Parts: sequence; structure tokens; C-alpha cells
Amino acid sequence: MTESSTRTPSLVARDDFPVLFKVLQEAGYDLVGPTVCDHAIVYESIGGVDDLPIGWTDEQEAGSYRIKPRNDKALFGFNVGPHSWKKFLHRPSISLWKAHKKESGFVVSVTDELVPKQAFIGVRSCELHAIAIQDRVLMGDCFVDSSYAARRQNIFTVAVQCTQAGGTCFCVSMNSGPKADNGYDLAVTELIDGDYHRFLIESGSDAGDEILSQVPGVAANQHDYDQAERAIASAASQMGRHLDTTDIRDLLYRNTENNHWEKIAERCLSCTNCTMVCPTCFCTTVEDVTDLEGEIAERVRHWDSCFNANFSFLHGGVVRQSTASRYRQWMTHKLASWQDQFGSSGCVGCGRCVSWCPVGIDITEEANAIRRSDLGGKTPTIVEP
Amino acid sequence: MENLERLITEHSFFKGMKNEHIRLLTGCASNVRFPKGSYIFREGETANTFYGIRAGRVALEIYSPAQGPLQIDTRKSGGILGWSWIVAPYRWYCDARVIEDVRALALDGACLRGKCEKDKNLGYELYTRFIPLMHRSLEVTRLQLMDVYGSQ
Amino acid sequence: MDPNNRMQTTFPSNGVGYPMVPMPCSIMQFQPETSDTFTLTLDVSGLKGGLRFKPGQFCMLYVFGVGEVPISISGDSNASTELQHTIRAVGNVTRSMQKLRQGDMLGVRGPFGTPWPVREAQGQNIMIIAGGIGLAPLRPLIYHIQRHRDDFGQINIYYGVRSPSDLLFTNELQECKSRFDIDYSLTVDHGTGCWKGNIGVVTQLLKEFDCQSDKTIAVLCGPEVMMRFSTRELNNLGIDDERIFLSMERNMQCATGFCGHCQYGPEFICKDGPVFRFDKIKAFFSVREI
Repeated sequence: MTESSTRTPSLVARDDFPVLFKVLQEAGYDLVGPTVCDHAIVYESIGGVDDLPIGWTDEQEAGSYRIKPRNDKALFGFNVGPHSWKKFLHRPSISLWKAHKKESGFVVSVTDELVPKQAFIGVRSCELHAIAIQDRVLMGDCFVDSSYAARRQNIFTVAVQCTQAGGTCFCVSMNSGPKADNGYDLAVTELIDGDYHRFLIESGSDAGDEILSQVPGVAANQHDYDQAERAIASAASQMGRHLDTTDIRDLLYRNTENNHWEKIAERCLSCTNCTMVCPTCFCTTVEDVTDLEGEIAERVRHWDSCFNANFSFLHGGVVRQSTASRYRQWMTHKLASWQDQFGSSGCVGCGRCVSWCPVGIDITEEANAIRRSDLGGKTPTIVEP
Repeated sequence: MENLERLITEHSFFKGMKNEHIRLLTGCASNVRFPKGSYIFREGETANTFYGIRAGRVALEIYSPAQGPLQIDTRKSGGILGWSWIVAPYRWYCDARVIEDVRALALDGACLRGKCEKDKNLGYELYTRFIPLMHRSLEVTRLQLMDVYGSQ
Repeated sequence: MDPNNRMQTTFPSNGVGYPMVPMPCSIMQFQPETSDTFTLTLDVSGLKGGLRFKPGQFCMLYVFGVGEVPISISGDSNASTELQHTIRAVGNVTRSMQKLRQGDMLGVRGPFGTPWPVREAQGQNIMIIAGGIGLAPLRPLIYHIQRHRDDFGQINIYYGVRSPSDLLFTNELQECKSRFDIDYSLTVDHGTGCWKGNIGVVTQLLKEFDCQSDKTIAVLCGPEVMMRFSTRELNNLGIDDERIFLSMERNMQCATGFCGHCQYGPEFICKDGPVFRFDKIKAFFSVREI
């Protein structure tokens, strides 16, 4: 049993599994989970089990993502697609406030927004880590992003333990999986072998207890538990990639002048795919829009990317002109600066940036390449505040 | 050694120097190459070398965020790169970036400073060659400051 | 549970008020300073307790329908009901601000950022080094020093601008000298006919420094190139990196550490800066495009 839970896990039959969804809906949650759309497995609103990618898997490599039918009817037999849960928590576009022109000056009003209760179905361990990382950035520092906070406190997580590794996964290198240990309300391990199809479900919270108690199942025994552990362990052994994180912070800080960044820039299109699919990237920009009469001005916040041309605009010019400097910024931030800023790595090893890069740039390969061509020398002193 | 001596004699900057001084310089010299795109020196680094450019082209740049690198001067074959070795605190005040593959004579400034102390005539020979370069550069820079092509 | 009784949270879409939402403030005074620079004095008496800030901090200023920019506060930190900013018209938003007049409104969010090292400067000599509009963010510090003159040793202001017509606050500088024993030296890149002062760059003025370097703090604000050359000159004078403080600038949008734009190495200029002790950022200071 997991250390965090003293509650007995439940073994639920395939036929009873849809009850979990009904119970969640009756408790007032909108279901959000994986579904097949446009030849990919994405996260959208779903109605129930039937919307899941039943019998589908994904094949991922650097610069490549395809879905393929499986030879079984597994509900969660795939890894991660182009969407991450930040789509629902750290929304792509939100209205911050509106300013209304008055006779003298203007007044500012904040739009009250209905924040739905959502149940996230199928959250992988790497994704739980990513959510925790964004929690730290958006709620755990000097200020609180209230839009994020409001949504965050209204979610119920049904995690899914990975029993196979994706082609670009490297969660083991980043200590973020494949096993989800905590941070979820329920964790599901799908056990499927021929006609045998069961779900081992563990609770990780009181809310999880409440929901699980309403789903028909039997108490899981040691055999069930061992079977689940073996399946998760096999995922760990399948990792297609490895990122050596030894001393990675100092390594990247002392290699700002390494000409490998230029080599990467020969391929990088600065297309921003990696930042869009990355579950921890949080940069945003603001847009000021007025209505046609110029009476109401609205400030809208959108996702942004450090690869965008004007991201570092200053005094009539752009500080990071070259693609090399932008890639250096992204990778150094993700693997090194993040540690000084937020006390952990910014990368969870989900592999999305590798799969979704149109030219197949692989962050694990590039980190290893920097290591091989390490300029050495003294690590620059970054004095802690 | 003999080859270096010949290269120094052939470089226009050292034209007219006595053989004994050429020999002193040779003792502090080496033949160097820098590929295109590399930096010969960076702003802030210790300046203990100067270079007689034999081939290629170098841009002197001062970098400013958002404006990028501003080219303040260029050096090419026959020219001399580097005066900061003469004046304390011996630090480069700009970057020297290679824009065409450079072959050059590198002269050890620290070594030469010592030799000039011992042989003041050598010092005189070097200073009377450097000062006109600096003077001309200053004159040109001041004219550039006037921004005569500006609209005002 | 009754499906019609769904528990929903209504939450303002971003809103805990400050620091995310601009507060409209009326302009009490528009003061032109030079051809492209002006000072706005804003009425913040509507805020309970006024707007308390520390010298070196900045606010985000919003022009209705145009946009928002970060501007250092340039006024007296003792005057909590009045908020002053000295602004140079260089872009869309600041050029729109230049057209505002007394009675018009500006949205204000703030104050944000780290202040000048008033505590570290106690009992020390201070070199105040300003380039161009960089004198404006240093002005609140100068006011503070004037009010507590005995807490500090020798004070010198070294101020360089492009041409004499770009000099800011010249009357106040003269007053500094006569009333508060705060010395100042000026220099310009180009002198006009009647200019009788120094020509050259600020780093040359620094060579006049003649105090104990281990009892001196230096504070710098101006173009990054100027600060780069000045820090080298300060090192030559024996002033350690731990005794030098700079105000840094990068693209800034949220001022709250969320948008990611203002990152400078691992530092967020909006919350870890804009004032930095030099040794903390020296590693990145000379790296291009960082």
C-alpha cells in the first residue's frame, strides 16, 4: 500500500467502472479527460467512459506523434498528447479586467466569473508533478494568480498509473514518475490481460474516499496490488530517453557561451510548439482591446512564449534576437534557473516538447550534448537572496 | 623564430624598427589564427596582448541589450589590434569579433611592458607608432560623434 | 447530491484588487522637464494611508485603451498622498501619456520591486551614478538622504546626459549642494555653445572619487552599457561588487512574477529587482542576449 494512504484500495470490474463517472457527475463535477479528436488524444469535456480513447494507443518519437489501434480495449493504454492540464487551470486566454470611460476619467471593473467544478480524468504522474510545479509558480510565490487558484481548488483528480512508457518519456530521469504517489484524489491502475479487465483504485484524499465508497468493487488483495506494481515497474524500465541531471544547474549556467546553442538554432524554427505543449511553461502576455466607440477597454491575458519575437522587446529593440539565445533561455530556464526560482526542476520528463517539435529537437539529447561539450571553468556565482 | 622575425619585419606597423628591437619583439611573439565568428578578446578581460593582423578582418563591438552589438571600428590586414595593453588597468573595453578568418602575430604585452621598462628606446619606438593610431582614431570618433548626416 | 445544487465558486476573474487591477488616479500636475521627458504628479489620497513606497520601487501605469508600462517612482517617499513619475516619451503608451494634462486619469498598480539599499548605506559614503533619465529613479533616494543627512557620509552625484538640454532637476541639484552638502558633477556627450561644464562620459567623472572605498556604496541607474563601464571603473577604484547596486530593466508586463517576460538569468526583475546588488547578477551582466 502507498505510504500516504491507509485506505484500502478497491478492485473495480470493467463493467462497474463507468459508475465512477456517474458518481462524479452527480457530485457536481464536469468531466474532463482524454478523447480522440483530429487524430490525436486530447483533453476535452467528456460525457463518460465511452468518450475515452478505448482501444487506442499513441506512438511517439522526436517530431512524430501518431495514434494507433491497440489489440485490446484498454481505456488508458496511451501516454500524453499535445494537451496538458494547464489548458484548464492556467487558461490560454482570460479577461483580466475592463475599464469603462466616464465623464472624468474611467473606472475599472473585474469580471466575476463562474468557475466550474471539474474532475480531471486520467492524470499521469508527470502531470501531477507539473500541476504541483505550476501551483508553486502561480500560488506559492510573492503573489497569487487568483484565476489559477480559483480553478485549482475546484478540481478532483483521477490519476492514472502508467503501465507503459511513451516513446519520448523520461519521467524516471526527472523523478516524476511513472508511479503517482500523492497529489491525487483517486489513482487508477488499469489491469488488462485478455478477458481480464479490472481497475485497482486507490484513494489519496477525503474527497477521494467519498467518491470511491460509492463505486462497486471488492477490497484489493496483495496479489492485485503486486500485479499493479509490476505493471508500473515495467513502464519505468521502458523509458526511451534519459536526461542526465547531475549538476545540470551549474552545467547550464557555465555554458551560456557554448556554441552548441548555435548548432541547435540551425534547426530550431522558433515555432513555440514546445512551450505550448509543455505542462509547466507559464509565460503570458497582455493585450489591451477597446470597443469600436472607445468607451470600454479590456485587458486580456494570453499564453506567450519566450520563442516569440517580441517576448524580450525593450527600448525599441529585442534583447534575444537570435534563435540560439531564445533556445538557450528556454532550456536554461526549464532545467536550471527554475531550481533557483522555485526550488525544483521545471521539467517533468513528459516528452511532449520532443514529440511536438516539428524538427525533432530533443531536450534530453541537447542537454547531454552541452554536457559533452562543457566549457568547464568556474560556475558563475549566483548569490542567493 | 627566424620565420616570426621575418613576419614581424614584413608587417607595416613595425617598418623602420632596428634589428635589435625586432629581435626583442620576436621573443614576445607568436603566430595565431582565429576562425570567423570567434572572439579574439571580450570586453572586461585582461589586456595583455596586441595583434598585428596579417590576413582577415576583425570588428570591434560594444554590445547593448536590445540594440545588439554596435560596431565601433574594424581592423584588417596590415593593421594593429589592441592598445589596452599599454594603459593601466590593462582591460579590454570592447569585444573583438572575427568577421573573416584571421591570421595574426600575437605579441605578449605583459612581456613587452617589462622589456620597455628595461629598454626605454624600445618603448619610444612602440609609443611613437601607437600614438598616431590613437590620435587618428580619436579624431575620427569625434567627427562621428557630430552625426553630420543626422537630420538636425 | 442534488445535481441542480452544484457548488460553484464565483470568483473575480483575476481579482484580489491590487496588485492586478489598476486604480484610476487623477493627474494633479503635468510638468514638462525636457523636450521628451515630463513628470506626472498623481493624486493617491483616495487610497487608505496613501501609497507608501520605498525609493527605487516602480509602478505600472495604465493609459485608458492604450496600454501599461513600468515607470520608476521619482517623487518623495514621505509624500504618501502624491505619487510622482518622471517619464520619457519613447513608445506608444508613453507618448500617449505625454498628451495627458491635469485632471486626466491614469491607472496605477504598485508599488513593486526591490528598493535602493538604504539600510546598507547607513554610515557609508554614497556615489550616486546616473545616466540620462536614470536620475529619476534615484531622486527618491536623494530626498531620503536629504531628510536623514547625518546618517550618511560623503554623498556625490555623478550625472551624465547626451546634451545640456537633457539635464533633469538642475535646480534641485544646485539646492542639494548648498543646503545638504551633497556634491554633484555633470557631464554631457555633446556640449552646446554656452555649456561650460564637462564633456565626456560619466565614467570619467568617477575618477574624481577620493573617499575610502571600503566605506562607500555606489548606486547606479542608466543605460546598461553605461552601468557596465561604470562598474568596471568602480572596481578600479577599489569598490567591491558587494558595495555596488544597479537598477536593471527588461520587458515587463505583469510586475507580479507571472508573465515571465522580465527574467534576467534566474532573476525576475519585477520581484527580485529592479535594484540588484552587483555580485548577484555579475555572472550574467556581460553575457549577450541574456
